[in-house]
Amino acid sequence: MGCETSKYAAVSYEEKLRLFEQVKGDERFAHYLYGCYECGVCVAVCPSARFYDFSPRWIAQALAREDADLVYKFMNEDVWDCSQCFSCDKCPRKNSPGGLITILREVAVRNGLKSAKDALEGYGRIIYKIMSTGTQVAPDMLQPAAFPDWGPHVKEISENLQWWRRALPPETLHTTETSWDVSEQTLRELYLIWHVTGVMEMIKEVDEGLHMILMDVMEEKLEEAGFDLEATEED
Amino acid sequence: MPIDVAAMGKSSRTFHRDPQTVKSRPLRDRVLELEAEGEWIVHRVPEPYVELENKFGRVKKVPLGHTWHHKSCGQCGHIPGYSTSIFWLHRKLGLDYRDPRDQTSCTAWNYYASATSNSAAQAAVALRNFAAAYETGYFPLIHCATSYGHYKEVREELLASPQLRGEVRRIMEMMKKPMVMPEEIVHYSEWVHAARHQVAAHKVLDLSNIVATVHPACHYHKLVAEDAIYDPDIYGGQRTAVVTATLKALGAQVADYSTWFDCCGFGFRHILVQRDFTRSFAVQRKIEVMKEEANPDVTITHDTGCVTTLDQSQFAARAHQRKVGIPVLSEAQFCALAMGAHPYRVCQLHWHNTETRPLLEKMGIDHQARWREFEADVERLKRGEIEYLTWEDADA
Repeated sequence: MGCETSKYAAVSYEEKLRLFEQVKGDERFAHYLYGCYECGVCVAVCPSARFYDFSPRWIAQALAREDADLVYKFMNEDVWDCSQCFSCDKCPRKNSPGGLITILREVAVRNGLKSAKDALEGYGRIIYKIMSTGTQVAPDMLQPAAFPDWGPHVKEISENLQWWRRALPPETLHTTETSWDVSEQTLRELYLIWHVTGVMEMIKEVDEGLHMILMDVMEEKLEEAGFDLEATEED
Repeated sequence: MPIDVAAMGKSSRTFHRDPQTVKSRPLRDRVLELEAEGEWIVHRVPEPYVELENKFGRVKKVPLGHTWHHKSCGQCGHIPGYSTSIFWLHRKLGLDYRDPRDQTSCTAWNYYASATSNSAAQAAVALRNFAAAYETGYFPLIHCATSYGHYKEVREELLASPQLRGEVRRIMEMMKKPMVMPEEIVHYSEWVHAARHQVAAHKVLDLSNIVATVHPACHYHKLVAEDAIYDPDIYGGQRTAVVTATLKALGAQVADYSTWFDCCGFGFRHILVQRDFTRSFAVQRKIEVMKEEANPDVTITHDTGCVTTLDQSQFAARAHQRKVGIPVLSEAQFCALAMGAHPYRVCQLHWHNTETRPLLEKMGIDHQARWREFEADVERLKRGEIEYLTWEDADA
């Protein structure tokens, strides 16, 4: 709760500092944090602060104070409550608490923190969709079991999906597994980007099974396209 | 004590922005400077374009035609009448456009939800799409406010970091694609805003009895705020002018409400795996407040996530007797309806959740007849008489 860090007392300070140094090492860090007037504007406009025990101000201040204990606590818990709406960019000091949270999340994923794995549980199908097909929320994801709170209209859509997709005038939208028809070459280029920027390694840290499935999908197509993966590994 | 919403709109203060007083350098100048240094090619805004005013009072060029449509996953996947309406408006206004297959998602929804990516990957995805547009000669017009917001972020990061530019250049070379940055990052709602008087000239419905509220999309006006369009005549220049100016040009009534600045509750990961937050926020901070303070016939917004969240979140709230029941449309769909578009063949309102029929009736649209026509289309598809619905069918 709040700023209580005793839950993470068993984690060494060196480990917390190591992760904090990765956060500070991100090129964006210096552009997202300039200090804090403690005015609370970021909290007042934050949707997550209204519903969770969450405060963008705490996070900005902990980072500014270089409080590695507290940053570690936030990295493991609070960051996943953020809505990433960037309302907090209203900060009069020009901080971007939302941007800082993006960096904290990235470090959590890159280091395979259990909290990141927990936060992303049930999310693997989304990652699979976007990384393997190039579009994220495809029509065939509208299934009643996935969106029970959206009511019976989801069932109606899923039952009529193939016909309703054909009843769309734009030619690129006659798809059910992707949001639009993405060309094969375009997909190969996307796969190349995931491989050479280290994103595949990030996926491996949080979900090894998903990593294997994605590699199966991508490797053959990349080789067919003449991209030499070993030669293109990130330096 | 309730908020006096009427008083909010009565302020006599009007903000005229003087670009000479802004301390930061214009983004366009910095983009062009890097072109002069040989770092990238700047894809110029094609003529004819409209010069609008951005938040800092600087000129932003918005192209009218010859545009490459950077589609949105959420629009095309779950609310396809949104994208279809944008295309339909172009066709009706006689404007040239491309609907490419050589386009990926910006992948920012996933990035903001899961952080399973990084700056280099995100920038490479953006520049791959920009290069694909450049190769066709058509200028990118971005349908999703999150893509628009994220690409603005990517542009800032690239402007600030020679190292990131180097990483992305290496990837672009592997793909044998040029490094290209558009002269302006343009959201489709800016295009609608620029074309609003043409749209209004083609309208076939009287909308003077329609009351609408507006939800401005966070990633449009909060994320890299400079690019957003402002106008002293709209809200005294204190809020973005897009959407609202369009509704006014169409002759609809725009009603205000106190939580206009609040986000919709989308949350990126929340809408997919933690919807209790999304539903609560959308209903309690947006829909119920609109209902209480403005009781609109419709709420109009200009982004994928906002339409989805505000529309879909109302179903479960009904079970709790919450004050909901406001249909949610994009302004592209509303403009198309105003110009006589078919509510189901073009605007595809059957993909929306909250009841739209009372709104259609009030707009003077015979939704029963139009639905029968759409059902007949589907029967023709099932019988194999047609393979797909065409643009000609949509206007038949």
